[in-house]
Amino acid sequence: MPVDYLKESPSQTAGPYVHIGAMPAHAGLNLRTQEKLNVLTGPDVEGERIRIEGTIKDGAGSLAPDVVVESWQADAKGHHNQSGFFGWGRAACDPATGLWFIETIKPGRFAARSGKMQAPFISLQLFARGINIHLHTRLYFEDEAEVNQADPVLSAVDPTHRPTLIAKKHKRGSETVYRLDIVLQGEGETVFFDM
Amino acid sequence: MGRAGALFAERPVLLAARVIFLWPPDGHALMRTFIMRDENGRTSGSWGAIGALIQIKDGSLSVRDDRMLCEAREVNRELKMTHLGEFNRRDRTWHPPAFDPNYKSTVLRSPNRPLLALGQSTNEMTGPVFGTHHLDPLDNDLIANYQQGGEPIGERIIVHGQVLDEMARPVRNSLIEVWQANAGGRYRHRNDTYLAPLDPNFGGCGRVLTDDEGRYFFRTIKPGAYPWRNIGSDWRPAHIHFSLFGEAFAQRLITQMYFEGDPLIPLCPIINTIPERGGVEQLIAKLDMAEMVPFDCLVYRFDLVLRGRRQTYFENKPEGH
Ligand SMILES: [Fe+2]
Repeated sequence: MPVDYLKESPSQTAGPYVHIGAMPAHAGLNLRTQEKLNVLTGPDVEGERIRIEGTIKDGAGSLAPDVVVESWQADAKGHHNQSGFFGWGRAACDPATGLWFIETIKPGRFAARSGKMQAPFISLQLFARGINIHLHTRLYFEDEAEVNQADPVLSAVDPTHRPTLIAKKHKRGSETVYRLDIVLQGEGETVFFDM
Repeated sequence: MGRAGALFAERPVLLAARVIFLWPPDGHALMRTFIMRDENGRTSGSWGAIGALIQIKDGSLSVRDDRMLCEAREVNRELKMTHLGEFNRRDRTWHPPAFDPNYKSTVLRSPNRPLLALGQSTNEMTGPVFGTHHLDPLDNDLIANYQQGGEPIGERIIVHGQVLDEMARPVRNSLIEVWQANAGGRYRHRNDTYLAPLDPNFGGCGRVLTDDEGRYFFRTIKPGAYPWRNIGSDWRPAHIHFSLFGEAFAQRLITQMYFEGDPLIPLCPIINTIPERGGVEQLIAKLDMAEMVPFDCLVYRFDLVLRGRRQTYFENKPEGH
């Protein structure tokens, strides 16, 4: 890099009160109470309705319910910002159960920069107290075994760590749920990316 | 930032038209764009295909398309094309490390394994597009947006600045979220139990979009310092939390703004997670007396830098000439 590039502003933790700025109603403010940033499925959105959910645990196995999760994904056709589908979601964890969830659609596939087709996935970023710079991971889908096998990103991950990126599918009533439990540190530690 | 279709409600008189092609990185022209200029020299355009996001505002054209990953901008009345490549790698030595024993909360929340470095796909090189329709008119006025019949208590300030990327390109029309404690150092959050009182007229939550030059401003109350449980009672210097979206998920950044001259800055374990003194300096807003509002507000200037991306310039190739 040429020396005259500017330096990126250093990251600082989002802190324990991130919800005030990110989702004020969750913090207890009487502000933007109508906002549901974890629901991306309006009536005009095409695609298979799914719910992604999970918990986040720290290196001692304790829940980290103050973490804010953000998601970004393609629409059902594998496009970004083209169909009116907003593609971005944000969720807080339930303070008691530690469970976050986002109601969305299953994203379509699209190619990596190399031109190689990727398996469908949703990018996730985590912000919280004790996280100095946000953590970036991906959620892949258990029922896409064949394309997961050929995915260029998953293939670069040590096979023993791959399951930390693959959400498990089950039905809850008529709802399709994919669950991904994230581990910040230690046994079963999630793979985090530098992209 | 609106969708392209909305921009053509008032079509200017077509004085000059030129056709440009936008090339995706693989070299195949996928889209043509017709550029027009009205009597006042303002440029307008129409879009060819494939759902590109084209924005023409105040005479300058910018094109952002998440499939072709290219950008066109008018420079000196000529159209210059830019291929937008991948974002520069984050210089992780400039950011705080995940683990810092002097900031206790990181001890169990920092991954043990190193991050896995990967190439970027469209999902990293695009991001949510926020527009004014997402915002409330009072979102950038924290003095006004939580009043219950009175003014909040504290030092009235305006914070303004510019968001650039590492190549000094303005980061335009992108969302900034801010949150902060009140003048006594107390957050309006269900989990904050500090003994300083809540201010009934202050919420501490705001947001603002950067303009076409990457500039932003908001009005607020200067937050107070507060104690927190770390290694005993540590103290946070006065600060405002900033969350920036930039133009792509790869540019996402959350950081904090501090105030020039605050003696608590060098004592703060969270600030001290930043490895370089120069990095800390980047997060300290400067008192901007030239902009102060007489008998009303002090003003602080706080500029931010997000990741930049590699780009290749090339001249446009007008068709049929
Ligand atoms: Fe804070």
